[in-house]
Amino acid sequence: MFYREAGQFKTTYEADGQILPIRQDRIALLATLAVAVLVLPFVATPYFLSAILIPFLIFALAALGLNILTGYAGQLSLGTAAFMAVGAFASWNFVYRFPGLPILAAFALGGLCAAMVGIAFGLPSLRIRGFYLAASTLATQFFVVWCLTKIPALTGGSASGVITAQKIVILGYAFDTPQRKYVLVLLIVALMALLAKNLVRSNVGRSWMAVRDMDVAAEVIGIRLMRAKLLAFAVSSFYCGVAGALYAFAYLGTVEPEAYSLDLSFRILFMIIIGGVGSILGSFLGAAFIVLLPVGLNIVAHGLGLPTSVASNLELMVFGALIVFFLIVEPHGLARLWQIGKEKLRLWPFPH
Amino acid sequence: MNFFFEVLIGGLLSGVMYALVAIGFVLIYKASGVFNFAQGAMVFFAALTCVGFMDKFGMPLWLAIPATVVVMVLLGLCIERVVLRPLVNQPEITLFMATIGLAFFLEGLAQLLWDSQVHQLVLPIEDVPLQSVLDRFNLVVSQFDVTAAAVCGVLVLLLAVLFAKTKVGRALRAVADDHQAALAVGIPLQRIWAILWAVAGVVALVAGLLWGARNGVQFALTFIALKALPVLILGGFTSVPGAIVGGLIIGASEKLAEVYIGPLVGGGIEGWFPYVLALLFLLVRPEGLFGEKIIRRI
Repeated sequence: MFYREAGQFKTTYEADGQILPIRQDRIALLATLAVAVLVLPFVATPYFLSAILIPFLIFALAALGLNILTGYAGQLSLGTAAFMAVGAFASWNFVYRFPGLPILAAFALGGLCAAMVGIAFGLPSLRIRGFYLAASTLATQFFVVWCLTKIPALTGGSASGVITAQKIVILGYAFDTPQRKYVLVLLIVALMALLAKNLVRSNVGRSWMAVRDMDVAAEVIGIRLMRAKLLAFAVSSFYCGVAGALYAFAYLGTVEPEAYSLDLSFRILFMIIIGGVGSILGSFLGAAFIVLLPVGLNIVAHGLGLPTSVASNLELMVFGALIVFFLIVEPHGLARLWQIGKEKLRLWPFPH
Repeated sequence: MNFFFEVLIGGLLSGVMYALVAIGFVLIYKASGVFNFAQGAMVFFAALTCVGFMDKFGMPLWLAIPATVVVMVLLGLCIERVVLRPLVNQPEITLFMATIGLAFFLEGLAQLLWDSQVHQLVLPIEDVPLQSVLDRFNLVVSQFDVTAAAVCGVLVLLLAVLFAKTKVGRALRAVADDHQAALAVGIPLQRIWAILWAVAGVVALVAGLLWGARNGVQFALTFIALKALPVLILGGFTSVPGAIVGGLIIGASEKLAEVYIGPLVGGGIEGWFPYVLALLFLLVRPEGLFGEKIIRRI
């Protein structure tokens, strides 16, 4: 009844090729964005903004990056946190060494550095594939974190390895309260999500999907394998790098190698599994799920009066069980559930 | 020179322990094409359960080990029933991610059942230098390490006999070769998988006991799985000899690199050196040392 595209005719190619072809979707998306920009910063408490919404957006961006690589180009990676770390440290260094540099430029340059590291560690993907590649992406994880702890030039010679991130100031306007940081992160994430959505619809995105489905066949039909794979690594790492920079600057307030552990890589992998592999929307749904789950579990555990150690072990178990559950019941994740829901709504209330 | 040999032998012996974990991976990958990321968690689970039986229920070691074997076999059966059976015919990558979930679940479960403190595990083997080797060659070689290597050797022999001589072993090899063909000639695939996971659980127990006696039974045991991965990449996912040779190479090279290259670059390179070594090796030979040649057709 509410979700029916009957009567929405398309008379131009532009109308036919738009991102959201159904009017209800466009309205829903714009409404969500409007609420997120105009209502939430004024209504939500600072705790909710800085402890839930900001990490949610940042993780969604990182998940988007991993989804480009794993979901669209089919290259499984366990080194996401390493690319985030490169982005964070590079951004910090750019601001530190070039004091006049605008911070947004520093974020972008940090992302570019991550992209270059991504290309370097993506090179083996031309020779090896599948599990061998997944296991060797762990090399990125360990090597990058080791470099950041051992090479003083990268960390400005800080003894403890923990550096305070610089303040975010754009054109003399300081983004120092949770509200302002949230709005900045939201704008960056929304913009990059839009870019990603368009990228995967373009010929680049289609070549990635061809590589994912069968790379030998893709090569035969004229897709340049090397270019497609390395581009996927570069774009994915760029997204992760920017996410890492935002994670350090807008969320943690510090830049430290320990924040980008293997555990973070796994959490981001879980986000795309639960959210939906090969789906932009899925990255957001998955990130929301993984950010909210521990909070929910904590509330439940607190309500039942369980000690913290039990609660944290339960969290591990619930995480693990959920992953297996999702893979068995719906391998395409929450995004697919949403899609099924939409199809059902289209016929509602008459299912036949 | 003497020091070099000591480092080398120490590295080789610890490589044997890596190989032990890697064999668990190989067993499962070979016969079911599942890259079992949870092997490290199974090592942790097994060791913690064994220590838990001794600490909480006061069992002696000789009773705790069979009891843990029973637990691990049951666990293997459960995994087959709950995780693998519903995922039959899914892409390999899905199965791999399912085992990551399984790893998290087992880590949580182990620490929930038996608390998360560091437990001491005392095996009746002392970690002292072998006197005869010390006298003759002036080398310090730990008795414990040598025993561990011997245990590993026996285990591999047992597995080899199991694979080559028994009816179950024949079925295992048939399943490894081609699932559907094996099913077609009447081999019960699911029972074979269950047996396999049970065997992998027992291998995990052996690895867990040896590692636990050396470093204490604690959460860090799960990271041993991460050490076993470069061993696998190097040796090939489908070869038990590959796991052993890979383990020896990784163990020796990582200790030598740490001692000789480490001081030049600030130390701690043990964490990534095996990976980079394995990665460089893969660029030359993408299927690993003993892996099956990958032939791809459209």
